[in-house]
Parts: sequence; structure tokens; C-alpha cells
Amino acid sequence: MPQPRRDPASLESWQDPDARPFLEIRGATKVFDGATYAVDDVSLKIFRGEFFSLLGASGCGKSTLLRMLAGLERCTQGHILIEDEDITDLPPFERPVNMMFQSYALFPHMTVEQNVAFGLRQEHLSRQEIRTRVEEMLELVRMTGFSRRKPDQLSGGQRQRVALARSLAKQPKLLLLDEPLGALDRKLRESTQFELVNIQERVGTTFIMVTHDQEEAMTMSTRLAVMDAGRILQVGTPSEVYEYPGNRFVAEFIGAANLFDGRVASTDGDRVTIQTEGAPSDIVMHHAQPLAIGTPVTVALRPEKIRLLDEPPQEDVNWIRGTVREIGYLGDVSIYHVGTEGGLTVQVQVTNRGRQTLGPLTWDDVVCLGWDTDSGVVLPA
Amino acid sequence: MTAAREPVLTSGRASLRRRIDHGVKSLAQGRLGRTLVIALPYAWLLLFLLLPILIVLKISFSEMALASPPYTPMLQWVDQRTLSLSLHLGNYAFLWQDPLYMAAYLNSLKIAAVSTVLCLLIGYPMAYAIARAPSGWRIVLLMLVILPFWTSFLIRVYAWIGLLQANGLINHLLLSLGLIDQPLVLLHSNFAVYLGIVYSYLPFMILPLYATLVRMDLTLLEAAADLGAPPWKSFLTVTLPLSLPGVIAGSLLVFIPAVGEFVIPDLLGGPDSLMIGKVLWTEFFSNRDWPVASAVAIAMLLVILVPLLLFQRVEERETTEPTR
Repeated sequence: MPQPRRDPASLESWQDPDARPFLEIRGATKVFDGATYAVDDVSLKIFRGEFFSLLGASGCGKSTLLRMLAGLERCTQGHILIEDEDITDLPPFERPVNMMFQSYALFPHMTVEQNVAFGLRQEHLSRQEIRTRVEEMLELVRMTGFSRRKPDQLSGGQRQRVALARSLAKQPKLLLLDEPLGALDRKLRESTQFELVNIQERVGTTFIMVTHDQEEAMTMSTRLAVMDAGRILQVGTPSEVYEYPGNRFVAEFIGAANLFDGRVASTDGDRVTIQTEGAPSDIVMHHAQPLAIGTPVTVALRPEKIRLLDEPPQEDVNWIRGTVREIGYLGDVSIYHVGTEGGLTVQVQVTNRGRQTLGPLTWDDVVCLGWDTDSGVVLPA
Repeated sequence: MTAAREPVLTSGRASLRRRIDHGVKSLAQGRLGRTLVIALPYAWLLLFLLLPILIVLKISFSEMALASPPYTPMLQWVDQRTLSLSLHLGNYAFLWQDPLYMAAYLNSLKIAAVSTVLCLLIGYPMAYAIARAPSGWRIVLLMLVILPFWTSFLIRVYAWIGLLQANGLINHLLLSLGLIDQPLVLLHSNFAVYLGIVYSYLPFMILPLYATLVRMDLTLLEAAADLGAPPWKSFLTVTLPLSLPGVIAGSLLVFIPAVGEFVIPDLLGGPDSLMIGKVLWTEFFSNRDWPVASAVAIAMLLVILVPLLLFQRVEERETTEPTR
């Protein structure tokens, strides 16, 4: 899936150590019923103009964190600052933050126009100003001409646009999106992803999106945070998180990963040799941080970074032999599940270059799989 | 020509057969049962509501007579060949001319309207509180609202006499506390009538309000708060308009029976709490003037029905308003 083009200036602010964060979350914690830690000591810095995603499975606390930012849940502990101003104790109606709800929460008794104008009406603007702003917003989401309709006369996609227009109408400093595309069907979701990014670029508002869909988070975000059990496991750009997952959970949650457990056998500069149980050969990997010999580690290898080899490599490292157990033909690529002699199952993804119905491999073929030293990452076990 | 007619005939026959088949099939599929289920209550209403009203309407167009039944017949054979239909409009003219009736109608409407507003003001916060209570509590609280229905309506109104009379519980308490020296006149006043009506009809206001409030999507309130509306404003702009169907249903359930209320003004009301239900009773049982009593009843029906129909018209126009 192609990435929407972005203004490079907005991309890099988190790399500048002196940059002032736009939003800062300090040790935010939410405890329900005195025992359940929905959000557990989360700290995060988000910069102006970012499209930041909170990614995780359902129940990981991402929505609760978003609701804390909106002021719909109170922090049990910790602070939330926008441009160095503490908003932790502000009620939702006093925060410079707006939210697009997962269910859209459009007011059913109001027309599209009235829905979009609702936030503006709270601000003592003149009628003329409100009308102009509503028209601008409806134009932005391409809903001009629907202003007199009631929400129940709109399709799901149209409602989604109205909800977006309504949450952007007040020109908030920060827009929160709770699974904004969750209720749309797949085709519509893909086109809306791009539109949402385009709108964000045009209005320049900082967006924080909650999603459980990793593909969505990868395509749309400047950076994303992977959450599990109320904690943030890793923060980074989509490619950083994909190529350099920080731990097993992230490696398995984002994309598919083959994991080999083993121990560090020897190190040589930035090369680590790892002895594994499943693979007949040792695994040699690039790893910048020094590791003590004997440290238990896990090597994560993406399926598309594994190659089919005709014969074992000359240097007896980074390869494995196995039998094709299952074939998944997806058109552009095929995915093979290869059962190794050590009892592991390795996923390999092969691009279907030639036009052939049979493919290069079939069931029960014995294959050699190989990879390069910079194809995978070494994770703490 | 005959050749041309032939197919038409056969197709007619075929369609008849199809219709018979269809009838048999629909019988078998229980469509008849469905029709019966719907038709039975309507037949019941027709027989026991519409028919009596028509009889009352008929009596209202006759004259009082010392006979049994005590009114002149509408249709009468004058001689062997002439059937005379006499519509006596005098009863309605009488209602219009005698200020007593007009005063009673207006007073009934006033008492009913004020009671409805009072019920709404008391019932809305109660319904709101029940709807927002933890789900385990809701059933208990609703039970408490419905509980009074388990005793007879008449007994509950009588109980108020015991509470309100000069040497009743309330006066007794206030006297013994030293708050008053003279017993207050509570019973046989307009105050007692309002109290009785509000007390008796409050559940009819609370239940429909509760039903609409409990169904409301609470994220709408979160959205309103998020868009900058403080709680009182989200109540006025979101909760209240969305609960309007409940407000209307509850108000009608209180207003309509309150207009024709007889027991409460009779037992708790004083000489100034003149209500049409009481007038009707007097006409019928004390004066034995069935035709005037019937006219009073029909006029009361119109007084309630006409504004209701107008209201429904406006409602319909609003919901079917063309949207561009």
C-alpha cells in the first residue's frame, strides 16, 4: 500500500532534542474499580502537526488513554499538558481538544448543518461566522448539499464525514479519533485513509488516532505507539516499528514474524552469533548493542525477508531446511508454511513474478531457506 | 372474435384459481391468524367504546322526559307512514348559555394543565435519576414508582383525607411542633385537588419519560461536552429534545384523564374546585337529566380531542417535512 506524501518538516520534530512537545503525557494512569489498570503509567510526547496512532488489540487501554486526553475519563494519576499548560483537571467542555467518536455520536434530532454548528454555537460567534465555518467544513469533507439532512438519512461513510467535520469545526489544537474508520467497509476504508491524511495536512491539526488495525496505523501515521495491557511497548515511525521491533510482542503484533529462541554464542564487533534449537545452523545477525555471551535472545525474521535457496550456503550460517506444509496464494504473493526438521514452522513470503498457476513450489517439497545478517532483529527473550 | 376471447377467459379462470390457491396458502401460513389477532382488539374497541359513544351522542340530541329511559326517542312514528327524526339541539345551546358549564370546562382545563406541568416538573428529575441509576437499582426504583398501583385508587385518595383534614395527621404534626396555632385548611381546597391529581398521575408521567431517557445514547452527551457544552447546556440541547416523545406521551397520559377527573375533586375538592366530571355526575345522578349529561360528556370529548388532533397534525407535518 502506498504511503501518502507528507511534508518532511512535520515528520522530523521528534528527532530534535530541543523541540517543545505539543502534547505531553506524564505518567498517566487510570485505575478502574480500584484494581484494574486500564492505562498504566504512560508517558508520551507528541509534536505539532503529527498524525499519531495508538495501536493495540481491544482492551489494551488505547481508547481509555484517548478518553483521558478528551477529558471524558479522569486521570487516577499523572498529568496531561498541551503546550506546557496542565489540562489534567479541565472538564471536557473547557479543553482545546475535540474528539471524533467511534459511533460518530451525531445528534439524531439535528440536521447535518446543526450538528457541525453545535460546537461553534458554544463560542458566541455571529450567525454569519458560524454559517461560513459550517460551509467550509462541509466543503472540506465533500458534504456540501447534505446540510439539511438528518443523520439517519445518511450512509455510514457520509456520517463519518459529518462527524469529522463536526470535530474539526472548532479548529481544535488537537483532534482525537477513536477508530475513525472502524465502521466502514474495506474499500471505503482504504480511500478514506488517504482522505483523512490529506485533510489533516490541509488543516494542520495534530491528530491522535486509536486503531486496532496495524495496516491503517502504518499507512496513516507519522508515528505510532504500540500498546498492550495499559502500557506503551514501543513508539516510533511505522518503518522503525516494523523493521526494528523492540520486543516479541511488537514483532508479532505488527506484521508477521518468525521467531527463533536461542542464546548468544559469540560476538564479533556488531555481529552476533546465536545458537538456536530449531535451526541446524547458527544465526548471525547485526546488532549494535553489545550482548554478553549466553544471554537468551529471540531472533525475529519477517516472512518477506527470507529467500528460497537452491542449496545450503557455503558459510554454514543463516539457513534452515524444511518441507512445504501449507501454501497460501494471495495473487501478488504466496505464503508458504515450511515445517523445519527441528519442529518449527517458518513463514516465507515469495513474490509471484512469473505468470504461472503452479508456482515454484508445491506441497511436501523440501526447501532451503536463507536470509542475510541484516534481515532480522535480535530481541531480548 | 371467439378465438381472441378464449385466452382471456382461460387466463381469468387461471387467476381465479391462483387467488383461491393464494387464499388457501395464506390460511395455512397463518395470515388469517395474524388478521384475527389485530381484528379482535379493534372489534372490542368498536363494540365497547365507539358504540357507547354513539349512544351517548344520540341521547345528547334528545329531550328529558319522565319516562324510562328518561329521554324522548330520536326516531318516532308520527302516523303509519311518517317516521320523524328529531334532533334536539337545545342541550348544547343550554351548555353554551349557562356560564356554569363554561366555567367548569375552563376550570377543568386549567386544573389539568397545571397538574400536568407539576407532574412534569416533579416526574422529569425522578425519571432522569432512575434512568441514570446503576442498572441494578433501576428495577427497584421503578418498582417503588409502580407500587402504589397495588392498592385501590379510591383508598389512596381516601387516605389523603385522613392526612389533610383539620384534625388529620399533617395538622396534628404541625400543631404539636408548635409551627402553627390554628389547623390549616388543607382539605376541600384547590390545593388538595392538585395534590391528589399530581400524586395519582405521577407514575403515568414517570414511566414514558423513563422509557425515552433510558434508551438515550450517552455518548451523545460526551460528544456535546467535547464540543464545549457545559452539562446544563447539553441537557437543554440534547437530552431534553431527545426526550420530547416521552414528555408528550406522559403529558397526554396525565392531562386527558385529569380533565375528566371526578373522584379526586369530589373527595378532596371544595366548593370552588368545580370540574366538569363533577358537573356531569350531578346532571346524571342528581338532576336525572340524561340528555344534558350526555351533551356535557360529548362536549368534554371534543374539548380534549380537538386540540389533540391539531397537535398530531402539527407533529406529522414536522416529521414528514420534505428534506432537501
